[in-house]
Amino acid sequence: MTRTLLTGNAAAAWGARLAGVDYVPAFPITPQTEIIETLANWIDSGEMRGRLVTLESEHSMVTAAGSAAATGVRVFSATSSQGLLYAMEMLYTVSGWRAPFVLTNVSRGLSSPITLEPDHNDILAARDSGFLQIHCASCQEVLDSTLIAYRLAEDERVRLPVIVNLDGFYLSFTREPVEIPDADAARQFVGSFDAENIRFRASAPESHAVAVLGGGPYSYFRYETHLAAINGLAVYDEIADEFHQHFGRRHDAVEAYRVDDADYLFVMMGSFASKAREAVDRLREAGWAIGLARPRLLRPLPAALLQQLLADRKGVAVIDQNISMGMGGVLHSELASVLYGRNNAPPVLASFIGGLGGRDISTEEFFEIAQVLRQAVESGQTPPPRLLFTETELREVRKLQAIAQVERSQLGETND
Amino acid sequence: MYRIRFHGRGGQGMKTASRILGTAFFLAGYEVQDAPRYGAERRGAPIFAYVRADKAPINERGIINHPDLVIVADESLVPVPAAGVLAGITENTLMLINSSEKEQTWKARLNHSGTILTLPVATGGVEKADLPFAGAACAGAAACLTGVITEAVLKQAIESELAELGAEVVEKNLNNALDAYQAMLPHAGEVEEGSQVSADSYQLPDWIDLPFDDARISAPAIHAAATSVMVKTGLWRTQRPIIDYDHCKGCWWVCSSYCPDGAINVVDARPIIDYDHCKGCMVCVAQCPPHAIEAIPEKQAQAADEQARLAAIGGPA
Repeated sequence: MTRTLLTGNAAAAWGARLAGVDYVPAFPITPQTEIIETLANWIDSGEMRGRLVTLESEHSMVTAAGSAAATGVRVFSATSSQGLLYAMEMLYTVSGWRAPFVLTNVSRGLSSPITLEPDHNDILAARDSGFLQIHCASCQEVLDSTLIAYRLAEDERVRLPVIVNLDGFYLSFTREPVEIPDADAARQFVGSFDAENIRFRASAPESHAVAVLGGGPYSYFRYETHLAAINGLAVYDEIADEFHQHFGRRHDAVEAYRVDDADYLFVMMGSFASKAREAVDRLREAGWAIGLARPRLLRPLPAALLQQLLADRKGVAVIDQNISMGMGGVLHSELASVLYGRNNAPPVLASFIGGLGGRDISTEEFFEIAQVLRQAVESGQTPPPRLLFTETELREVRKLQAIAQVERSQLGETND
Repeated sequence: MYRIRFHGRGGQGMKTASRILGTAFFLAGYEVQDAPRYGAERRGAPIFAYVRADKAPINERGIINHPDLVIVADESLVPVPAAGVLAGITENTLMLINSSEKEQTWKARLNHSGTILTLPVATGGVEKADLPFAGAACAGAAACLTGVITEAVLKQAIESELAELGAEVVEKNLNNALDAYQAMLPHAGEVEEGSQVSADSYQLPDWIDLPFDDARISAPAIHAAATSVMVKTGLWRTQRPIIDYDHCKGCWWVCSSYCPDGAINVVDARPIIDYDHCKGCMVCVAQCPPHAIEAIPEKQAQAADEQARLAAIGGPA
């Protein structure tokens, strides 16, 4: 075991290396590229066995990943943002093949307008694809989750591909102390891939992903995939326990931080949740009974665990780093559906949207969210959803618009 | 917790500086977070990098809003709003600027009530290969100013971060970093760990309800052509390519074809560099078949320009 400083990207590469992957189909995209560069260097220098192939697009890359997985080898790949969306058709397709592999997604806001910094609309676009999803909040978690993800994906009760998600910049390019497990300990935990009847081979034709006409068979196959994903809940808990025994680190399906006597909870996913942890510490110092619940697993959604964690709280603030146009925060909707009709559900479930395109959420804003929550509980009125956006930020936008307007009148005359 | 920001331009080694300092803190027994932040991944574009260090695990994340120490490797960035050098600076922030101007001049110019120190480090040097050493020097100065990193630990951090670049590069960086460390010794330990914000009294965020704007305003469009011409990316340049027309063969297409920014125009079979938009990537210098393009540090070129200007108007040479 070595404790050293690693970026989230390097931690993802270490996860793949320690899992002993055989094949890495790759395509570069900021802020993910460092992952495949790291793996390429290791494979090139002979430090790591396996084969890395650059494909001509993410669509082909995910196809290659699924196809290789269907031969029964261990596969790793990585992408981000527009790349994940470009591969979207194949995400749905390969999950239906029921051939397990692990894909790292480095979250980055989607176009338009184009950006490099993170939010979760990319990964949430893959929410219904059949890939399971683990969301990380530290570089250590990125490495650990990659090892856990192989166990989860390859378990005979699941056999679905898994996405491990980390936030661009906030994790991808940020170094933190990370414990790198010894190779033997990691291999012992991950084990070898027992591919059983997954054995697509040259000169031994099989048909994968056959056509079914008529809704009955189609419903059967789709629902079986859903049931496999649901199985992932219990399987994940087993693996997380075993991981804890091996390495001493707990990665529960939902992180519960200082929740025991909490009247109020923040709920959020990803690396920004560590900012919420910081705010919880400061609010506790000021006498608040407040905590944080952070789903690590989003698919399958740990509904029972969330119901239990949120039960009997006075108020819950869900902070979504995503936005579903015309609806609002995705996690807020999911929690509302999980809590609906339960007697002990918190009376106030307030929605906040923040951190879009990497927009910072300051500690003071978490304090203010807590205040809004308390006022809502006292008045019994749930506030309307709030975008974390300041007057100063609007002034900046107005300035940009003024410049664009001047340029239109000065340079765009010929177009008018 | 120590919260430290480095500001510089792509190519000046700010990411390296943050990594050297991060590793030094880590070796000194601290929990650490270090990261670069950049938009355009180009040589010369403004970038910053930051380091947090604390004895306890760190939950804060992302950009540092209230730094204890700000180090500016390139003084030309100070007035550039997009570079954000002055963001969140308080009277408790120590600023270290790589500049040959006096500390008092900077204090008056920035109206900063806290400490300002200057560190005259060569950003360009004579050789292009010297460029990244600004990063090592900045890291060395920062290490000393914190007062918790010894020279031996700094040395170990540089050796570990730069090992892949070979012994000679490590040696040069070590010398620069240790020179800067020693230059800062009179101020060792002057950077103090900043406090946490308090949930009892804090500045309210000025949240607003975002109004609806129709798509004529709210689509991210600029309804005009060639607006990138208005952005003087020549300001990013740390090295200036200069064509020696005595050696230029007038082949006219090599340098202008390779220029990734289309900043070399050919007029009458003579290549002319558009310095308003040349970012100083030096691709032309590498490609020119008769080696007729020379690279000189931008600062030196600007000083020569100024001399020529003054001479032309009869001022002091």
